[in-house]
Amino acid sequence: MWEYTDKVSDHFRNPRNVGEVENPDGDGLAGSLACGDALRLTFKLDADKKICEAKFQTFGCASAIASSSALTEMLIGKTVEEAEQVTNKDIIDYLGDLPKQKVHCSVMGREALEAAIYNYRTGKKLDRQLDGEVICHCFGITDKEIEKVIHEQNLTSVEGITEATKAGGGCGQCIPEIETIFSRVTGEKKAAEEKPKMTQLQKIKLIEETIDRQVRPILRRDGGDLELHDVDGDLVYVKFLGACVSCPVSSVTLKDVVETQLREAVSDDIVVEAV
Amino acid sequence: MNKSVYVDNNATTAVAPEVTESMLPFFTEHWGNPSSMHTFGGGVKKHIDTAREQVAALIGAEHPSEVIFTSCGSESDNMAIRGAVDAMGGHPHVITTRVEHAAVLGPCHYLEDKGYRLSTLDVDDKGILDLDQVREFAMSGKKTVASIMWANNETGVLFPVPEIAASIKEGGGVFHTDAVQVAGKLPVAVKDLPIDLLSISGHKLHAPKGIGALYVRRGTKVTPHIMGGHQERGRRAGTENVPYIVGLGKACELAMQSMKQDAELERRLRDRLEEGILATCKGARVNGDRENRLPNTTNISFQYVEGEAILLMLDDVGICASTGSACASGSLEPSHVLRAMDVPRSSLHGSIRFSLSRYNTDEDIDYVLEQMPRIIDRLRELSPFAQD
Repeated sequence: MWEYTDKVSDHFRNPRNVGEVENPDGDGLAGSLACGDALRLTFKLDADKKICEAKFQTFGCASAIASSSALTEMLIGKTVEEAEQVTNKDIIDYLGDLPKQKVHCSVMGREALEAAIYNYRTGKKLDRQLDGEVICHCFGITDKEIEKVIHEQNLTSVEGITEATKAGGGCGQCIPEIETIFSRVTGEKKAAEEKPKMTQLQKIKLIEETIDRQVRPILRRDGGDLELHDVDGDLVYVKFLGACVSCPVSSVTLKDVVETQLREAVSDDIVVEAV
Repeated sequence: MNKSVYVDNNATTAVAPEVTESMLPFFTEHWGNPSSMHTFGGGVKKHIDTAREQVAALIGAEHPSEVIFTSCGSESDNMAIRGAVDAMGGHPHVITTRVEHAAVLGPCHYLEDKGYRLSTLDVDDKGILDLDQVREFAMSGKKTVASIMWANNETGVLFPVPEIAASIKEGGGVFHTDAVQVAGKLPVAVKDLPIDLLSISGHKLHAPKGIGALYVRRGTKVTPHIMGGHQERGRRAGTENVPYIVGLGKACELAMQSMKQDAELERRLRDRLEEGILATCKGARVNGDRENRLPNTTNISFQYVEGEAILLMLDDVGICASTGSACASGSLEPSHVLRAMDVPRSSLHGSIRFSLSRYNTDEDIDYVLEQMPRIIDRLRELSPFAQD
């Protein structure tokens, strides 16, 4: 059972401004059926260019409905420029609070607002076509979108993907999948640029750098950590620290995260062992 | 309105008044330790023996000593799977299905992480298992430990456990079934079936939470997970939870007595509820095989609306049900059972499970049927996808 504030419960049970504005000036959709939540926002401006009518249709849970309802209430009376300043945090504040796992509902509100303003300014739809398989269910981000952003923005880390798309920024469950996509895409890119031959010292340095830059930030998110213990040829010994020590899936982390990252960055022959 | 209708019996059931009554003396008068030499304590032991016989009778075990009392169904599942794998030695191949309860999937994935080979069998869109696939794994020549549930907790779909068990045994494997949802609802006779291990849970059959049992066929080796005591013949150490054991025994006895009429009642009410909802609620579809199913369960998806919202609106009018929606669980993933069955995306997030018990009435069903269409209409009105 979620702990919803009275305001969330009220906006869920008595949603304001349900429906669709006739002949809207702005019309935007965020989310999708596949994600499990979606919001269509329409608004109309009066003679003073202020939003006089804002309505929503939402497919989603109680907090998605409440966030949508709150958003419409917040928009009415604002100019488009003022409306543009409304963030997902503002929606959360308006509602008192949202459970951590429900923050994406407010993000969806912000996204629908962006889409509706885009539609108002350009007359075009910003409907994101759902292409590919949904990887991040919190934000409804597909594998195709993740691949696209890695290429377009030349991303060098999984955190970069999260910042660019929000994928993995909710519950974090999909981070291993994002890592796999990242490794695959960057692997494909690197295949073209052959890895240069290194001395053992260069190799150790690169292993150390890769662990610091690409591996430890991932483990630290879950309270874990590791350090480089020794390197013997292509055999890399690492020592798990923090939460990784008692983690039942640290053997998976070892292969799927540490080894994958090191093979990408250093050499395909790397084998990682824990000490 | 103070009306309350409880249709979430696959989550937990009301403790039967007869069960509560049977337990009380073991808190007040007979609180001795059954292992004691004195009559005050030792005299309690015979009540445990009776309970063991009652549980054995419900599941059709040949010998009461094949029943081990545990703290819950999850403990029984863990003990069965990890204990059987450990006792078998070597590196047996672990077989399970995608739609098992977390208490089975958890230990199976743990074993996989430890290096055991795990095969997770698929189901089709009705939730039905491919028996040829079971056979193929069973006969692969490798030692196997298989854990395959009898009845699914979310959809009520029944697996043909007798056939599955026969395949696994033919291949020389050990077979465990999580029978938590089936025990007390349909007849079970382990002595006539090649089942080695079977889990049951008290609170799914009108006993309290905190008590379960594991059937271990005579001769089946299971490494104990709680050591350091002779209780349960050394297979699960720890002073016996006497009142709860007595309660479970009583609940099993009651289930034996009324199983046939309970099942008839539940089936009739369930069918009324299901047909009523399908007829009056837009975009409703039943998930899972409607033929081979527990009599008390229906899992219905509502297109274009979300389960948590339905559940909260039901809660507002005093109706307790459950959902496979991601939003309600905190996992952000919709039900693994419905995903395994490839339920369409448009219906995946809007599933509601209604599960009945012997205590439900026609009035309960009338009330749910009165409330549901209004709730679904309201949420469809809010939804950008519903086209009416």
